[in-house]
Amino acid sequence: MSSSTDWPLWEVFVRSRRGLSHTHAGSLHAPDAEMALRNARDLYTRRSEGVSIWVIPSTAITASSPDEKDSFFEPAGDKPYRHPTFYEIPDGVKHL
Amino acid sequence: MSAALALGDDALVLSHRLGEWAGHAPVLEEDVALANIALDLLGQARVLLSLVGDEDELAYLREERAFRNLQLVEQPNGDFAHTIARQLYFSVYQHLLYERLAAGDGEFAGLAAKAVKEVAYHRDHAEQWVLRLGDGTEESHGRMQSGLDALWRFTGEMFQPVEGLDSTDAGFDWQTLEGSWLAAVTDVVDRATLTLPAGPRSGGWAAGAGRQGLHTEPFGRMIAEMQHLHRSHPGASW
Amino acid sequence: MAAVTAHQTTQKTLGTANAAGGAGSTAAAGETDAAAADHLAAFDAAVAADERIEPRDWMPDAYRATLIRQMAQHAHSEIIGMQPEANWITRAPSLRRKAILMAKVQDEAGHGLYLYSAAETLGTSREELLDKLHAGRQRYSSIFNYPTLTWADVGAIGWLVDGAAITNQVPLCRCSYGPYARAMVRICKEESFHQRQGYELLLALSRGTEAQHAMAQDAVNRWWWPSLMMFGPPDDASSHSEQSMAWKIKRHSNDELRRRFVDICVPQAEALGLELPDPDIRWNEELGGHDFGAIDWSEFQEVLKGNGPCNEQRITQRRRAHEEGAWVRDAAAAYAAKHAPAQTSPRTPASASASAPTSASAQHVEETA
Repeated sequence: MSSSTDWPLWEVFVRSRRGLSHTHAGSLHAPDAEMALRNARDLYTRRSEGVSIWVIPSTAITASSPDEKDSFFEPAGDKPYRHPTFYEIPDGVKHL
Repeated sequence: MSAALALGDDALVLSHRLGEWAGHAPVLEEDVALANIALDLLGQARVLLSLVGDEDELAYLREERAFRNLQLVEQPNGDFAHTIARQLYFSVYQHLLYERLAAGDGEFAGLAAKAVKEVAYHRDHAEQWVLRLGDGTEESHGRMQSGLDALWRFTGEMFQPVEGLDSTDAGFDWQTLEGSWLAAVTDVVDRATLTLPAGPRSGGWAAGAGRQGLHTEPFGRMIAEMQHLHRSHPGASW
Repeated sequence: MAAVTAHQTTQKTLGTANAAGGAGSTAAAGETDAAAADHLAAFDAAVAADERIEPRDWMPDAYRATLIRQMAQHAHSEIIGMQPEANWITRAPSLRRKAILMAKVQDEAGHGLYLYSAAETLGTSREELLDKLHAGRQRYSSIFNYPTLTWADVGAIGWLVDGAAITNQVPLCRCSYGPYARAMVRICKEESFHQRQGYELLLALSRGTEAQHAMAQDAVNRWWWPSLMMFGPPDDASSHSEQSMAWKIKRHSNDELRRRFVDICVPQAEALGLELPDPDIRWNEELGGHDFGAIDWSEFQEVLKGNGPCNEQRITQRRRAHEEGAWVRDAAAAYAAKHAPAQTSPRTPASASASAPTSASAQHVEETA
């Protein structure tokens, strides 16, 4: 009863204005990249939400696994010296 | 003023036809796309009709014979290929026409400059689909070809001079416009592995008839539906 | 720091932003009972701490199934909901109203798309969900089984139906499942115009001619009770409520939201100059809210069973649009297969850095509109 061809899924990234990076807006189906781009324009920028769009086949994205959360991201947690607030500077010293 | 009416009616009537697709499109993404085009056209219609008078009086209270739109835009939607054929023929014409109007210094230069960006997108949408349907499956190829064939006879009318558009300061002539249109349509049709229809495009009763207020039978039913509610409550505001 | 096990490494290759479902479910092969218990504890803790659950996180199968059911029903409601309003696009009585209505029906298609794509992060596909809708195996909101008989119905749908939907949906912006919550934020933002246009439409009718006023009152009479039913069965009869509340998919009970909706509508109706068709509505000082009459749940059950005025018509139209569109979808897929660019290897990952993606199949555009 249904069409056998399910168009592939695309992830859509929209730059909301110049100077900002593209952020993930959602996904959509399209037969190919050109149509994906047009569908993204119609669907995700109906209210002037964007000045630039990327579409990426969902299958082309490799994601980190939630199970690796600890090994991927926790090691960064004990290195507070990477943050400026780690350092104490006497009151009154400026431009630091 | 007849030029504003002609262009305004084209946009109004085509927008109405595209609005009939709502909820019926072959895929949800296309529901969104067709509605976008319909909304652009309705916006253009409102600006153009307002140059002539009250937009609602003009849309809802004129009789069939007073409408100045092309017969092409009033043709029923048919299947998706039919609608896309109508979109291709009209949007290429509208794009070329508005480009020239925008470049001139006539009274339509300002609104054409804004509309031409919308219309460029409509044209792209139509071309993308002609390519996909023409060079898709055997069935889609056949349907696309019959859509192009069926509407071919309505395309000559687009190049009948419209009073008020072809004044010298608009800087174009209709023959050149027609040449550009034919070249552009031929190019898309070729790339889509389709054949340019061979039948007559002008002469006989069809040429220029819509612009003179002679329409096809489906148009009467279309405006009966469009105008019914408004006419049932004379003087009411909505 | 946990060692990366063989099982975990295999998951990396499955990864997409919308990871295939099942990757994190209890069904994963070789998982011990202890590991399952750990996962459940982590899930429960995340929900309790009001953290969002994301697609690739482990989640109980029943949580996944509940979400798919609810999001699918929600998406189906958006696209079936296009029909009663699209019924009036060609007859809208002014060009301004026509533009508004077209934009609104278009938004509904858009909302359906947001929701289907959010549901797809759980490992289902839109095609599968549509098949279930067309086969009558998944539901949509019963409210759309009522007909739009006059122009005023467009206003009543905006004011009452969208109003009830918003009351239902605003708490969903904080739903525990991330993609659903994010879709709802976008939808709620866009919906607010829907309700206001409906109210404004009714106001114009109510203040218009006698015939227009009567048209508006008639529409409110017909849509009021079905709108109240949109909040679902009373709390003591709702089969899904309790578990959904515990999982923070749902944040307020059906009756609580229904009461809130009545309280919102009573003064709005007064400002409209229209009456709500319930003689039992009155202020209850003690409760700090309105009492209202008993809902005829037998009608609700009948419509749910498929015996509403438009059940058959709505689903038939949906099926027909889908079936008649099959050749178009097939054509575009065939074209894409013929014209697919040669695969570049290896692919450049979709980086969030300065340059545009360079993968052959990815595309970008600047300043399109």
